[in-house]
Amino acid sequence: MQLAVNVAVLASLYALIACGYVLIYRVSRVLSLAHGELMMLGAYGLFATASFFPGHPVLAIGVAAALALAVGVLVYLALMWRMTGESVLAAVLATIALGILLRGLIILVFGTQTRHPLEALGFANGSIAVGGGARISTVGLVLVLTCAASYAALFAFLRLSRWGIRMRAAGQNPLLAAQRGIGLHGVYAIAWGLATFTGGMAGMLIACDAGLEGTMVVLGLKAFPAALVGGLDSLAGALIGALVIAAAEVLMVHHVDPLLSDVVPFLVLLVMLIVRPWGLFGSREELDRV
Amino acid sequence: MTPPRASGYFRTQYAQDFALLDTRTQRAWMLLFALALAVYPFYAGPLALDLANQVLLGVVGAVALMLLTGCAGQISLGHAGLLAAGAFTAGILFKEFGAPFWVTLPASALVGALLGLVFGLPSLRLRGLYLAVSTLALHFIVIHLGAEYETKRGFSTGILVDPPSVGRWVLVDARGWYFVLLAFACAAVLLSLNLLRTRTGRAWRAIHGREAVAGALGISVQGAKLSAFVVSSAMTAVAGALFAYFRGFVSVEAFSLFLTIQYVAMVIIGGMGSILGAVLGTVFVILFPYTIEWLMQAAGLAERLSGVVFAVNYSAFGLVMILFLVFEPQGLVGIWRRTQAWFLLWPFRHRPLAGSK
Repeated sequence: MQLAVNVAVLASLYALIACGYVLIYRVSRVLSLAHGELMMLGAYGLFATASFFPGHPVLAIGVAAALALAVGVLVYLALMWRMTGESVLAAVLATIALGILLRGLIILVFGTQTRHPLEALGFANGSIAVGGGARISTVGLVLVLTCAASYAALFAFLRLSRWGIRMRAAGQNPLLAAQRGIGLHGVYAIAWGLATFTGGMAGMLIACDAGLEGTMVVLGLKAFPAALVGGLDSLAGALIGALVIAAAEVLMVHHVDPLLSDVVPFLVLLVMLIVRPWGLFGSREELDRV
Repeated sequence: MTPPRASGYFRTQYAQDFALLDTRTQRAWMLLFALALAVYPFYAGPLALDLANQVLLGVVGAVALMLLTGCAGQISLGHAGLLAAGAFTAGILFKEFGAPFWVTLPASALVGALLGLVFGLPSLRLRGLYLAVSTLALHFIVIHLGAEYETKRGFSTGILVDPPSVGRWVLVDARGWYFVLLAFACAAVLLSLNLLRTRTGRAWRAIHGREAVAGALGISVQGAKLSAFVVSSAMTAVAGALFAYFRGFVSVEAFSLFLTIQYVAMVIIGGMGSILGAVLGTVFVILFPYTIEWLMQAAGLAERLSGVVFAVNYSAFGLVMILFLVFEPQGLVGIWRRTQAWFLLWPFRHRPLAGSK
């Protein structure tokens, strides 16, 4: 039972991070390897606002979330729009370079010691019994709920709202979409904003649970297999992929070897790439387009 | 290799077309350069010598990556994993069997070639992004295996490797290392330049251009891809083994993802598809942190920022990479070629239109 709870928490974490990869890839065909760093930036943003507005946790969280959204849009406007239409390699490398830049800047501004935004916010991390002898930490529960809410909102946004439909159109065929009067740069900027927002939320929640330090970037990378296993252009796939990766990781760590934790996602990824490279729910022609 | 000069020098024999250096001036410059390299360690201080050694070591790995990514067009993010594989092969063979370097170096090359086959297999089905991701996954797996070995055998801080020796002569001083590494770097550069002039090298360039056309021209696309991976990985693994001997120490910490990024940066900053670019890029990337440090000292910031020098390095490195990607995608070689063209065409700004001689 405890294992199931662990899987659920880890899966929601991966899913929340992975939907950033999927959003950016689906709309603009760019793989953002700076996602881990952007996530960490979101978490440090929360830490900064929590120290800036002491005693107003709700305000701090709201400002931090808005900041994450703004940072994503800014990243696109400052850097990634120049990479539109460039080769895949150039765009991916630009995100890697951005990641290094951000990591350096974060250390310059915030230093290297572990931070605890939860204490800065003035909350404590309790644990709640969920039956069957299993317990879940408060932050873990919030994580699962946030993930569910984010996915519901994203599905609704992409299916129902005008901008969501524009995003799907731009992802399907950028040339046709542009000719029908959809401003691609605006759509791409929103995709980056949303991706950074969800990633930032994930970062904030992990930081609340486990403290905030540089190793968070690895977590961002480990969520990437979840996106790919589900299919890089499928949001529902990312959810399933996250579940698969999280289950594999928790079970392997529990039954085989704790050292495996960093490798299992990539092993699953390799198996998937060999068996079904376009992922569980991805569309097959994606492979020839890259 | 190089395009015919604007000066009216035309090749009339095949031998001239094959030559790596085709004018007397080029040969003279090359001779001068070789002399400079030969006397360098006798005049350089300890820091300059160490930097030169690092550059020469980097050149082997960077040239290998250039063959794969720049020439054959196969994206690899597993370079650090391959370096680690070479270093660990050397380290493990030394630690477990006391093997001398003339066993460990070829063994590393062999392991590298085998791993290259493994890294290359996904490339048969995957392209572009997906290939990059699969090599990234393999990087993590190789690193995990290395870490597993370290912890299971009780070398959790790393494996110590004795310096290589021939008879009573032990390779420890920096000057000796300089000449050994120079030999390896020259061998790597010459091997790559020659490979690129052969059928194999032309096949790599062809699959870089367009796979379907290459296939239609009778090139075995799968064979070319796999051979690119195998050759590049074998060279990389040798570079890794040299790294192990040079540092005298092997540990997985040295082979983080950042090392891959550094090598990829060498290729990008140098200029894709050019061996000269790989060398220039290596010089740039290796010297970069020292330049930053020197600049900080010159600006008087060193004391204030002493604790975060590496963070400054990190951010500056990312910034420079972005600047190159955005403003100079051809890299240092692009700048070099433009300078050449500027002098060749002077006083004109542009080449004459095609057709008019």
